[in-house]
Amino acid sequence: MLAVACVKQVPDTTQVKVDPVTGTLIREGVPFIINPFDTHALEESLRLKDRYGLRVVAISMGPPNTEVTLRKALALGADDTVLLSDRVFGGADTLATSMVLAEAIRRLAREEEVAVVLCGRQTIDGDTAQVGPGIATRLGYSQLTLVDRIEEMDLSAKQVRVRRKLRTRSEIVAAPLPAMIAVTREANRPRYPRVPMRLAAEDAVVTLWDNQEMKLDEETVGLKGSTTQVRRIFSPERAKGEILGDGLSNPEEAAQLLVGRLIEKGLLNL
Amino acid sequence: MSPDIVLFAIVLVAAIAFFGWSCFRRFRLVTLGRPDNRFHDIGRRLGNTLLYAFGQRRVVSRPFGVNHLVLHWCFLILLAANTEFLLGGLFPDYISLSRLPDGAYHALAFIFDLVSILALLAVCAALIRRAAFTNPYIGGLSRDSVTILGLVAVLMVAFFGMHAGEIAQGSEAAARYMPVSGYVAAAFLAGIPAGSLAGLIGFFWWLHAVVLLTFLNYLPYSKHMHIMTAIPNCFFKSLVRVNTQPREEFKKGNIFGVGQIDQFTWKGLFDAYSCTECGRCSDACPATFTGKPLDPRLVIHDIKANLIANGPRLKRKVATVLPLIGNGQEREGSVAEEVIWECTTCGACLEVCPVFIEHFPRIIDMRRHLVEMQARFPEELITFFEHMEQRRNPWGIAPAERTKWTAEAEVSPFEAGTTEYLLFVGCAGAFDARNRRTTLALTRILSAAGVSWGILGRDEICCGDSLRRLGNEFVFDRMAEENVRMFAERGVKKVITQCPHCYSTLKNDYRQYGAELEVSHHTELINNLIKTGRLKLDKAGDPGKVVFHDSCYLGRYNGVYEAPREAIASVTGQRPVEMTRYRERSFCCGGGGGRMWLEERLGRHINVTRVEEALQAEPGTVCVCCPYCTTMFEDGLKDKGVEGSVRVLDLAEIVAGALK
Repeated sequence: MLAVACVKQVPDTTQVKVDPVTGTLIREGVPFIINPFDTHALEESLRLKDRYGLRVVAISMGPPNTEVTLRKALALGADDTVLLSDRVFGGADTLATSMVLAEAIRRLAREEEVAVVLCGRQTIDGDTAQVGPGIATRLGYSQLTLVDRIEEMDLSAKQVRVRRKLRTRSEIVAAPLPAMIAVTREANRPRYPRVPMRLAAEDAVVTLWDNQEMKLDEETVGLKGSTTQVRRIFSPERAKGEILGDGLSNPEEAAQLLVGRLIEKGLLNL
Repeated sequence: MSPDIVLFAIVLVAAIAFFGWSCFRRFRLVTLGRPDNRFHDIGRRLGNTLLYAFGQRRVVSRPFGVNHLVLHWCFLILLAANTEFLLGGLFPDYISLSRLPDGAYHALAFIFDLVSILALLAVCAALIRRAAFTNPYIGGLSRDSVTILGLVAVLMVAFFGMHAGEIAQGSEAAARYMPVSGYVAAAFLAGIPAGSLAGLIGFFWWLHAVVLLTFLNYLPYSKHMHIMTAIPNCFFKSLVRVNTQPREEFKKGNIFGVGQIDQFTWKGLFDAYSCTECGRCSDACPATFTGKPLDPRLVIHDIKANLIANGPRLKRKVATVLPLIGNGQEREGSVAEEVIWECTTCGACLEVCPVFIEHFPRIIDMRRHLVEMQARFPEELITFFEHMEQRRNPWGIAPAERTKWTAEAEVSPFEAGTTEYLLFVGCAGAFDARNRRTTLALTRILSAAGVSWGILGRDEICCGDSLRRLGNEFVFDRMAEENVRMFAERGVKKVITQCPHCYSTLKNDYRQYGAELEVSHHTELINNLIKTGRLKLDKAGDPGKVVFHDSCYLGRYNGVYEAPREAIASVTGQRPVEMTRYRERSFCCGGGGGRMWLEERLGRHINVTRVEEALQAEPGTVCVCCPYCTTMFEDGLKDKGVEGSVRVLDLAEIVAGALK
């Protein structure tokens, strides 16, 4: 049985600047990282491997250099990786992305039954949180979002019970397998790779599936398959903050000042 | 009187056979260790042996060490006396001092007599000290120490009993040359009938023989094994200052770090056999001093106990019984994981060890195992490691911000041929608000002195010091290679650092990567600029009474003690005030060895302890020369609530404040 972890390679957004003329992200010279939310999805899949013996396959759609990110997944303990890369997949919005990922999972499921698909809650570059639900919809899987704990999984009864963290409460939800589970950052603390695994990952084979392999209708993927278009990217105006009690050394005084101001602004009710 | 030679021969052969077997059992385990070439440069090694083993150079650096020096030499001299004694017992007709020419016979009899009483007095002094004037680190009247001191005392008493008997009997031709034995004979044995005297001599002879052979056989099973190992350990001592760790080869199938006793080098194992448990390392260790579970002496002791427990099984290739790295619940022979993370790698233990045991390198070996093979470490380190990998600095700040400080200074990029020095700003100097002030002070000094310098700007990456000391050699290795490549590409030859950690890493660690850089710490450079008159100072910027704190990685790691002191003297007109512990004995601020990025959960805070020591000197300014020390001292002063009256200044800030 498989746990499929979906990971995305993203530019390190703290280092990204917006081109003021074109309104697009300047990606040159910006290092790529594994989407921080996805590290929690990968970690959760590895924990399911430890708990239930699932086989972990990490998949990612992206340009050929995404291989680096998948090797990191291997170093952490993924059993297999699939890179979905083709020029026609490029420029995809969340709909077109979920089309490709869903098809890849379908193909994996033909070889070995899929129990769960794990996604991060969102990405730090797109921030839409739509790809996970999109995959679930395309595949007809149970859709469990905002999960901060997988309580229990019963592989024979094909049931999973998770805790969802909502704004004001948590809820325990049971759902039939297979399921797409989108985890929050609180779900776990990702592990650190061991050196022997890193070395093994360095020359492991990363399976590549392009569209010759996938045979998806080109109208449904990439830029052509996207129903949304980016018109402009800009940094929102942010009101400048103020420094309270600069130079105060007494922590009690400082706390009092802060709490007073929070109450004044109606941000805190005592 | 002649003892029963046959009986003695049996006892002697059995004792020596048992001793040989014990030594074989112990020493063959050392061959389990990984290779480490300590046989080159024999001449220097013999010199070290003379100075440190026979001369006891480090032993006598503490007053009571003189007592050990006396015992040591008594032991060496009496080795000859005892050899004569044992062989004489076996071949009484052939081997005896009295068969030597009279001059030699009398001289030796005199020397042995005098040395024996010296040994007895030294043993008594040691016992009295252990009983009455003991420090916790010495270990008091431990079973091991009382046993061995007692055995030596009885041996000496037997020696005098035997010879006094012979003198009283009139059978000792050299009686006139044996003042102590002569005195014993006159005081205690006068008037005893000849028959009883013969019995008494026989008794003391056998007592001497049995105690001597017991002593011999006790050695391999006690800390007094050092009698056999300390001298070779001084011979095998590292010929260079131990200020770096060996590289690891990152090849598939290799093991990284040390998680099992046979993964240490043979020297690491031999070190464990050489420990005398004198406790000087415990006394010097900042972790031990502040009540943490780490005690370098116990780490070495546990390595020995582990080797003895697991070694024979490893020889037979069966599974080990005692983990080297434990959870703190095991009996002796396991080093608890939490102990391994407490070390600041300050090197105080190595500096004081009389027999040159290398303590903290063993701790780093075990950290490597935990990080690289197990991915097990205190949880706060994962963010540190990830920041280092992703952003190339400990805080995970965007690399673009590395040059933010340059807004307040006139800075040009380093270009080979145009700029002489690369100023390797360092992560703290570039990102940390407090330490940026040091960087700015340094740049003012460099400009005032007309030094030609430039920076790498956004291309600079962390030197990797903390990674290496924390055992993350894999990531360190890649960063070091990247840095060394960049230095070579840009034609960097001379480097200035303001951080002793960058300094030591670039200077010592990177040499393993083929980088032959001329690295100066800013304290050295500034002092040179003052001495050569390139830097003009105006004594008006007097910082008040200055106490100086030695940074471990500048002082103990690289021997730079004088430059900062001289520079302070140039500014203030007098040398800085010293704390109780200074120079080679300086006490760490608590920030080294990657401890900067770890919480200090156990015991008292090291930085507060050091600040308290500094405050005893009632300073106006504490002068430091390391960004970690700056942070640790400022935090400590705040903790004591005296940050308003005492300032922490980097040497560069003090000097910049006195610029004309």
